[in-house]
Amino acid sequence: MSTVFLQNAHLIDPENGTVDQGNLLIKEGVIAARGAVVSAPGKETRIIDCAGKYLAPGIIDIGVKVCEPGERHKESFKSAGLAAAAGGITTIVTRPDTVPAIDTPETLEFIRRRAMDASIVNVLPMAALTKRREGREMTEIGFLQDAGAVGFTDCDRVVRDVKVLTRALSYARSLGAWVMGHPQDPYLSEGAAVTSGKFATLRGLPGVSPLAERMGVDRDISLIEMTGASYHFDQITTARAVPALARAKSNGLNITAGTSIHHLTLNEFDVAEYRTFFKLKPPLRSEDDRLAIIDALKDGTIDIISSMHTPQDEESKRLPFEEAASGAVGLETLLPAALRLYHGGLLDLPSLFRAMSLNPAKRLGLPAGRLEVGAPADLVLFDPDAPFVLNRFGLLSKSKNTPFDEARMQGKVLRTFVNGNEVYQR
Amino acid sequence: MGFTQKHLLGIEPLSPLAISEILDLADSYVDLNRRADKHSNALAGLTQINMFFENSTRTQASFELAGKRLGADVMNMAMQASSVKKGETLIDTALTLNAMHPDLLVVRHPQSGAVDLLAQKVTCSVLNAGDGQHEHPTQALLDALTIRRAKGRLHRLSIAICGDVAHSRVARSNILLLGKMENRVRLIGPPTLMPKGIADFGCEVFDDMQEGLQGADVVMMLRLQKERMDGGFIPSEREYYHRYGLDAAKLTAAKEDAIVMHPGPMNRGVEIDGEIADDISRSVIQEQVEMGVAVRMAAMDLLARNRRNRAGQDTGEVSL
Repeated sequence: MSTVFLQNAHLIDPENGTVDQGNLLIKEGVIAARGAVVSAPGKETRIIDCAGKYLAPGIIDIGVKVCEPGERHKESFKSAGLAAAAGGITTIVTRPDTVPAIDTPETLEFIRRRAMDASIVNVLPMAALTKRREGREMTEIGFLQDAGAVGFTDCDRVVRDVKVLTRALSYARSLGAWVMGHPQDPYLSEGAAVTSGKFATLRGLPGVSPLAERMGVDRDISLIEMTGASYHFDQITTARAVPALARAKSNGLNITAGTSIHHLTLNEFDVAEYRTFFKLKPPLRSEDDRLAIIDALKDGTIDIISSMHTPQDEESKRLPFEEAASGAVGLETLLPAALRLYHGGLLDLPSLFRAMSLNPAKRLGLPAGRLEVGAPADLVLFDPDAPFVLNRFGLLSKSKNTPFDEARMQGKVLRTFVNGNEVYQR
Repeated sequence: MGFTQKHLLGIEPLSPLAISEILDLADSYVDLNRRADKHSNALAGLTQINMFFENSTRTQASFELAGKRLGADVMNMAMQASSVKKGETLIDTALTLNAMHPDLLVVRHPQSGAVDLLAQKVTCSVLNAGDGQHEHPTQALLDALTIRRAKGRLHRLSIAICGDVAHSRVARSNILLLGKMENRVRLIGPPTLMPKGIADFGCEVFDDMQEGLQGADVVMMLRLQKERMDGGFIPSEREYYHRYGLDAAKLTAAKEDAIVMHPGPMNRGVEIDGEIADDISRSVIQEQVEMGVAVRMAAMDLLARNRRNRAGQDTGEVSL
């Protein structure tokens, strides 16, 4: 394993909330030293001059959909890995909402093997909480955990039967496994394509009240209190869900919450003339909601930003809005989109990387996500100011369903390292 | 700006001037339609295809007649019976038809936004004959023409729209049009049939019929769209009729000379009393049907003119 000396970088430390100019030494896949003065490297050391650009712990993206097995034409482990590396993401935590769902140790074993062969970034798989994600019977949580599942979730399907969920949460707790849930009242949101309100009415599209999310949060908080489970809300996207979440956290429940980059940077009006690339689940919200979610991220009520990468082929998107599939790809646009918050003066760089690297690492119990001596050398070097206009056909993901097509963005990834190996260079 | 659009997809993008332009031309077609020789050559040589992905007798007949009176070659395609059943996507259907070089496509589709999507993929002009719960622009235009002819103006009127607003594309197009022409729009119906955020369109919302009809110049009833409901919006049809059905007693709240409208087909005894519907001193329901043909002739004529004006600039490029 090579020794790499990264000199003259701005080091973003999300743990201490600092950005300092300095150098960083990678040895045997871990960060060996960092600071203003680091001892001169040896002869075989590769020296990279960072030219004052920014070096941060690599992004850990919770909730990435890789479409293996079942829909490899939409995204494979290979293409997802390349896209992640190009986006400064060093670990993807994959979703089990594949076809079939990852709900047995055997299917999990299959994707772990595929991931190890094909992906250039770290892949940590999640498994389904219930069999076939049907919400009727819990999966073999213990076996799945032994096989390497890092968390359990039915993704965007809400377990309707509260008894089933209570049992699954209690069982998961006994094994120390964490569960990720999609806070949403399943009855109110059935059939909805957008958030209800003036825009939904103008377009004549079925909408769901933003309060359906709060109802989901409230229900799940009660169950967490009942079972003591360790729980993560995948996406909090509405203002009125935030106080309930904050209260539950202050009551000491083991809860973390995420939100998606799209809900942080877009709102319901972006759907405009039925643009299906903006159809997401949950749907895009009002501008007031978006601003409230940014505030919640600032004050730490929301912990994690994810891309919620959901590849869809052209056929599933080129349909009337209601029929079109939900979801957007996000691996390559997560960082530049997140930097909109930085350039807009809403969040500083350490706070952004706390939400994208450090907090996901903490949730997963990983040593990564930090610029600490001894931490794995999962790193991203980027230029936060470099401008570009996104062309969706230039994406490395097999699917090109990004809402940022032709958007003006700032922030280019220059190099990405996973365990000290350079996996991407612009 | 007058009506310069390539397509007529909704009322939303139209200016008041464009609306007046369509109505003025429609007025002249009303006269033509009342003559013995009803023929014009405005669309001679052009091909009009009516694609109805949703059942319709009245609207389809109205469009067919409008096209024929203007001399177009009109073809009707019952889309439910054809390729849709074989699993062809909307876009493939559109591209297939586009290859046959039609000049006007008249489209009705059960999904909101489907006609917009189709319009992006074809080179001809597209006329929205109703998409999901989004818009039904020619219905709003024919209602406007009916009101203008009955009341002598289309501004500063108090217009009550009653009933199932939530499921109604007719209501949406009418709210937009009547708002653009500076009228007061009052919406009446149970809260379960009122879409969210509708008050933001500049309407007043009432759940009591007597209160809502107060001083109305025009009473527009909507059909209770039973086929679009998945249950539980109203407790029963008889309770609905009792509270929101238009009968002589409720109509007394409106102005004495208020006209009664209905886009049809009517559910007699559900949203409207049969006697009111047939009262020729109040009801303009038959006129609405007559105006429908004229308005559709005007809209198609103007679309064809816009195409001719655009010819030469048009590269025929389609975005896929």
